[in-house]
Amino acid sequence: MAVRPQTDTEGKIVKIINARVLLNHKLTENSYLWFKDSKIIDPQELFFQDHKEPDMVIDAENAIVAPGYLDIQINGAFGIDFADENLPVEDIARNKDVVAKGLLQFGCTSFCPTLVSSAPQVYHKVLPHLRKRLGSVENGAEILGVHIEGPFLNPEKKGAHNEEVLQCAERGMESFDDTYGPALKRDDSIAILTVAPEVKGVLECIPTLAKRGICISMGHSTASVTEAELGVRAGATCITHLFNAMPAFHHRDAGICGLLGSTTLPIPKSQKQHPIPSQSSPSPTNPDPRPFYGLICDGIHVHPNSVRIAYHSHPKGLVLVTDALSSMGLPPGCYHLGDYEVEVNAQNVAYVKGTKTLAGSNITIDRCVQNFRKFTKCSTVEAIEAATLHPAQVLGIEKTKGTLNAGSDADILFLNDDLEIQRVFVRGEEVDLKVN
Amino acid sequence: MRLIIREDYDEVSGYVANYVKERINQFQPSAERPFVLGLPTGSSPIGTYKKLVELFKAGELSFKNVVTFNMDEYVGLPRDHPESYHSFMWNHLFKHVDIKPENVHILDGNAPDLDEECKKFEADIARVGGIELFLGGIGPDGHIAFNEPGSSLTSRTRVKTLAYETIIANARFFDGDVSKVPKLALTVGVATVMDAREVCITITGAHKSIALAKCIEEGVNHMWTVSAIQMHPKGLVVCDEDATLELHVKTVKYFKSIEHVHHSLIGAENLSLQGGVKQLRAPGSGNARPATPMNGPYE
Repeated sequence: MAVRPQTDTEGKIVKIINARVLLNHKLTENSYLWFKDSKIIDPQELFFQDHKEPDMVIDAENAIVAPGYLDIQINGAFGIDFADENLPVEDIARNKDVVAKGLLQFGCTSFCPTLVSSAPQVYHKVLPHLRKRLGSVENGAEILGVHIEGPFLNPEKKGAHNEEVLQCAERGMESFDDTYGPALKRDDSIAILTVAPEVKGVLECIPTLAKRGICISMGHSTASVTEAELGVRAGATCITHLFNAMPAFHHRDAGICGLLGSTTLPIPKSQKQHPIPSQSSPSPTNPDPRPFYGLICDGIHVHPNSVRIAYHSHPKGLVLVTDALSSMGLPPGCYHLGDYEVEVNAQNVAYVKGTKTLAGSNITIDRCVQNFRKFTKCSTVEAIEAATLHPAQVLGIEKTKGTLNAGSDADILFLNDDLEIQRVFVRGEEVDLKVN
Repeated sequence: MRLIIREDYDEVSGYVANYVKERINQFQPSAERPFVLGLPTGSSPIGTYKKLVELFKAGELSFKNVVTFNMDEYVGLPRDHPESYHSFMWNHLFKHVDIKPENVHILDGNAPDLDEECKKFEADIARVGGIELFLGGIGPDGHIAFNEPGSSLTSRTRVKTLAYETIIANARFFDGDVSKVPKLALTVGVATVMDAREVCITITGAHKSIALAKCIEEGVNHMWTVSAIQMHPKGLVVCDEDATLELHVKTVKYFKSIEHVHHSLIGAENLSLQGGVKQLRAPGSGNARPATPMNGPYE
């Protein structure tokens, strides 16, 4: 799957004109965006200090110009499963390239390859080959770090995960380090860890894991709202696919979903990795103490009405994720997800073969954004920010990803009014969308 | 002096923008012989800049061979501060059009030697052969650029302390906090502006009406520095109806009648852009006013 640059922007000062640029939480008509090499630049000093004019002018023809999308939960695509341990090592490296390049056409310029619950030897084998990597036309979308989803999860909410590999943290941090290997101590591999806070030994380890710079997300759990709040107090800052693999919201026993209504969580001291305040925040001027929450917006995993309810209760915390599995981008049929066989039917819904358990989705992130805007009737800006600014905030990387502020990586999308992808730039290089 | 009166801010902005466009295009500037334009900041020129940008985008005007000199800049404000005049000019004009960065001259309020900076500015103007057309606005106290009341009418580019009234007027750009407004500015002098071959001042709004009246109906006076335009051979003031509120009815009627006479008796075809008249229109050619850039859609 060759992806060649469409326009040669290398080394040039590029000025995008006639654009509706998403900046400072609004779309400004007739505005401009400048970038050079791989970064978005502030052109004012370039003009007055360096006396430079643009080398290349790109006419956006009134397209919406938005940051590239981030997908922080994606298990695979195009027939490739990141957690497949039966592959030779060379294939693992090549497969991540195939996925990274293929994602660009959906406007996804950065992602977290996600590993479902697996046996320790899988992590030891696969993690060294899924390190963080900068994006480019050649490399494909940027790899922001791995999202390890399990195996410290609650078997009652295993979803499509293999129960046999789920475990408790009997020996505390040792269990974590032994399971994942040395990658857990490095800072070039793991971005997010999904755990169930009520599982033995997990809650006590959350502070240490968070201190290592890993985002702790809660999911596949039966935690009560009290247990979930303890998880947040210990350092968890995110919820994994809200509503899925957790007890349904009950008005007296709100569970993890109940975190969206928390008012007594401690107000964070810094904004980093916390949602910005909104009208529903406990404090209108301080960072929001409630966690971010991933939400699969394919209309199948979560009913559109539920999406809307969640969104309006905590608008700045919603993060669109695909939770796509290996069948994404391919026609209906049978595919792998970790140790399981998965069947994709004609309606593009994926179930664990022979059951009615949803296995993951086949949706792409650009469709998620379109669905989200349709389901919630939110503004275009809010819909785009749920797939750009918010996931970047989850990982604490909003200075370089998720916005079009000067200094950010030049991951840029041109969208039409239906939020369909027109053009994609990854770190300043344009992607040839026709080649597939 | 020509006084052009139009209905409102929008019409005034359109008139001035069209005038600038016609002057530049008639001049046919080149790299060796560029059109040198003096430019103001503030609320008065915002509408004019907007229309100039529209004219550029419509392909009717190019800034490729236009050299600009701005009137002023605050002292001590960082160049990339959102309220600096560099930022103002970038956001309202330069970022939209094809002007060359090296053709833009704005005083540097952070220069290590402010006096040298001012002398250099004057020298830069002289080097390009002087300013062809200087656009300007007027403060409520009748000042041109930052030449506050009491400024010498023969002054050149220099450092000025801002008058209290000016600081209050500018506080609206600094969160309404007068303490945040810079107290010093670099500014072209009254004579620097009047040395231009043509001066065009935009005056809109009732709050400027007293200043307009002082500047054109009373004497040349250093308390109302724009009044120096009375001594300029090619002075042009464009104002809206509100700004004429303090003028004598006779003054307003006179200047309005000039335009009418120009168009009915002389005809736009005999009227040059800067007001020169070749001959009268042949009798019997009717009262129809042909539409030209000079009279536009206004009536």
